[in-house]
Amino acid sequence: MSTYATMNEDELRQRVRKLIEAADPDKVDMFTFRGAQFDHGLAWVNFPVGYGGLGLNPKMQVTVADELRKNCKTVYDDLIINPIGIGMGAATVLTYGSDEMKKRLLRPCFTGEEVWCQLFSEPGAGSDVAGLATRAVRDGDDWLLNGQKVWTTLAHISKWGLLVARSNPDLPKHEGMSYFLLDMQAPGVDVRPLYQITGEAEFNEVFLQDVRIPHSRMLGKEGQGWQVALTTLMNERTALGGGSQQRGGGPINVLLQLWKNNRAKGESAAAESVMRDRLTKLYIDAELLRLTSQRARSAQRSGNPGPEGSVGKLAQAELYKKIWECGLDVMGPNSLVYEPGYELRRPASEDRRDRTLMAKYQFLRSRANSIEGGTSEVMRNILGERVLGLPGEPRTDKGIPWKDVPRGG
Amino acid sequence: MDFVFTSEHDELRQTIRKFVEDKSQEAAIRRQMSSERGYDPQVWASMAEQLGLLGLIIPEQHGGAGLGFVELGIAMEEMGRVLLCAPFFSTAVLATNALLLAANDAAQAELLPSIAAGKTIAALALNEPDRGWEVADLAMKAAADGNGWRLDGVKTFVIDGHSADVLLVVARTNEGVSLFQIRGEADGVRRELLPTLDLTRKLASITFDKARAQRIGRDGDLTKTIDKVVTLGIAALAAEQAGGAQRCLEMATEYAKTRLQFGRAIGSFQAIKHRCADMLVGAEFAKSAAYHAIFRAAENDDAELGAAAAMAKSYCSEAYFQAAADNIQVHGGMGFTWEHVAHLYFKRAKSSSLLFGDPLHHRAKLAQEIGI
Repeated sequence: MSTYATMNEDELRQRVRKLIEAADPDKVDMFTFRGAQFDHGLAWVNFPVGYGGLGLNPKMQVTVADELRKNCKTVYDDLIINPIGIGMGAATVLTYGSDEMKKRLLRPCFTGEEVWCQLFSEPGAGSDVAGLATRAVRDGDDWLLNGQKVWTTLAHISKWGLLVARSNPDLPKHEGMSYFLLDMQAPGVDVRPLYQITGEAEFNEVFLQDVRIPHSRMLGKEGQGWQVALTTLMNERTALGGGSQQRGGGPINVLLQLWKNNRAKGESAAAESVMRDRLTKLYIDAELLRLTSQRARSAQRSGNPGPEGSVGKLAQAELYKKIWECGLDVMGPNSLVYEPGYELRRPASEDRRDRTLMAKYQFLRSRANSIEGGTSEVMRNILGERVLGLPGEPRTDKGIPWKDVPRGG
Repeated sequence: MDFVFTSEHDELRQTIRKFVEDKSQEAAIRRQMSSERGYDPQVWASMAEQLGLLGLIIPEQHGGAGLGFVELGIAMEEMGRVLLCAPFFSTAVLATNALLLAANDAAQAELLPSIAAGKTIAALALNEPDRGWEVADLAMKAAADGNGWRLDGVKTFVIDGHSADVLLVVARTNEGVSLFQIRGEADGVRRELLPTLDLTRKLASITFDKARAQRIGRDGDLTKTIDKVVTLGIAALAAEQAGGAQRCLEMATEYAKTRLQFGRAIGSFQAIKHRCADMLVGAEFAKSAAYHAIFRAAENDDAELGAAAAMAKSYCSEAYFQAAADNIQVHGGMGFTWEHVAHLYFKRAKSSSLLFGDPLHHRAKLAQEIGI
């Protein structure tokens, strides 16, 4: 097991106050403050000294956040500044990158001067991301990349991309991949907005045509790409799944408000009582999602986690779709009217946050709940196989060269 | 507002699980369901003497363990998991809570020690034909008769009413709803064992014909008190349902791992696997609902208990029934046979869903409670 340096909470809080003395976030700009935070070892406290950390237990990061909140008005949110770089990319570089890469990349990653994106999914590799087809061919000191990536959040403003590509198609699929750090400004990288069902482009498609990546920007060894990718995914910040923390909070609250504001507009008593039962069922599901995640947290704390922690993603995705479908139904014919000119634009990141509770928007956006981050079908496989221990589906792609595995577009 | 089971809770659960798994094997269940009494007196005696289960929530001064509703919920969950045939729900939950909440000191002192010791089976005679599930709608009257009371009328769906030593009867006086005690074999009491869908839980119809009873209810109208007794019963029943749902999931999963068709375990087919995954979600949510209710009951949190119990009864009823139905489906033809245990869970699930109000009934209550 890992051993951590020791520093008690008071000492850590003192260090945070020293940081504020050196660079008060209410007085200096974001890059200056966060640069100082990195230099004080308070970016990722579990990282080594010199790389933004102090070698402490990662749990102590909450103390840093707490002390900053107590003393400063300006509080920065990693999830807005550089979610993929800070949350996933930095740990991957720390584990697999050269010293030179760590020195060059970690600081601007944390300050937000350089935003990162993740290039894993492809049109032909969604749930089966290990089947990806973007080719990497060695050419002298470089690798030559060709292919297409999709669902790439932030690619249009990113400096770096975490990319997995097929470096040896003759090997079975998990063995023939390599992991690269791609300069998103390199020639041959073409980022195009991907407009989704909401009419907006939260994501991008990234086309790679004869893009050169120096061999020195490979993370891990040639052929080790899948293993490195798993490190990235394991560090994915667990989003606040498990519903709202408060009773009746979140989407169900919005739905019930909508109903209260729109009820009895020309509906019969019979229709009202049917709707009331539908709402009550949704309320119960929302409550039980909340209570189950509360139960999971308690079990986690007591060191005795059970299956209650694994059902949240599936349950939440399916519930939220139903809640927002009902949202349009309670508004009745008013739902025929949508925001004018909502089509084809890019939302600001703050924008997304504000709109998490907007019924008409969420009616469309929530369709992705059961697709992104593991489809509900994949989640059911995981529950069936990892929690219940059911046997896996017989595989037709195991042990055979990737190039011989049948695949579509 | 938390559900933290302590290590003592976990130990209690393990002790009970070991005991009921041993005593409620399939052969034993089948023996009891075809017997008229419906339980094994030796097992009942062990539950009292060895495990102290019958007095879990009875205060120590009355010979009980003086524990709370969380422990009672654990016991119900474990018993529901193995379909234990015993008058636990009737005696140790419904009748005991009726005595604790609604009865005078003398009746408590007389009956509770005997219940805790396993010497007295007690049943709560509450429901009346075509009167629904709300205490306020009950009509049976008790008439003062000398120094006692006279009961006339019919009670039905009385759990273990045919075999109970003592019946606790809810009836009206001029003051309102009250509680009466009468021996099961007293004159004027005619008990009829009902032929039930669920063979593992006996129900009786009881006709009172000038039956002489003793009033044990405290002074005044006890409508709200008996309501609370029912609400606590519902919370405990939800825990039993959660246990049953969990067992159905386990049975389906075990079978799906070993049953081979088309050259592979059927659990490797996503059609079966995904059904099991959905059962898992249902079983976990059912536990959350039941635990929420029993913890609120343990905290005597009346403000939260009503909604929590209504939510638990609605959700656990449906989750258990779905799990029992899915279990039959996963077992295929085997699951449809009398020989297999799946139908016993299926019948228990539907019956417990209907007892004390079906899911729709409880959603309507919940809706009112939370302003939907």
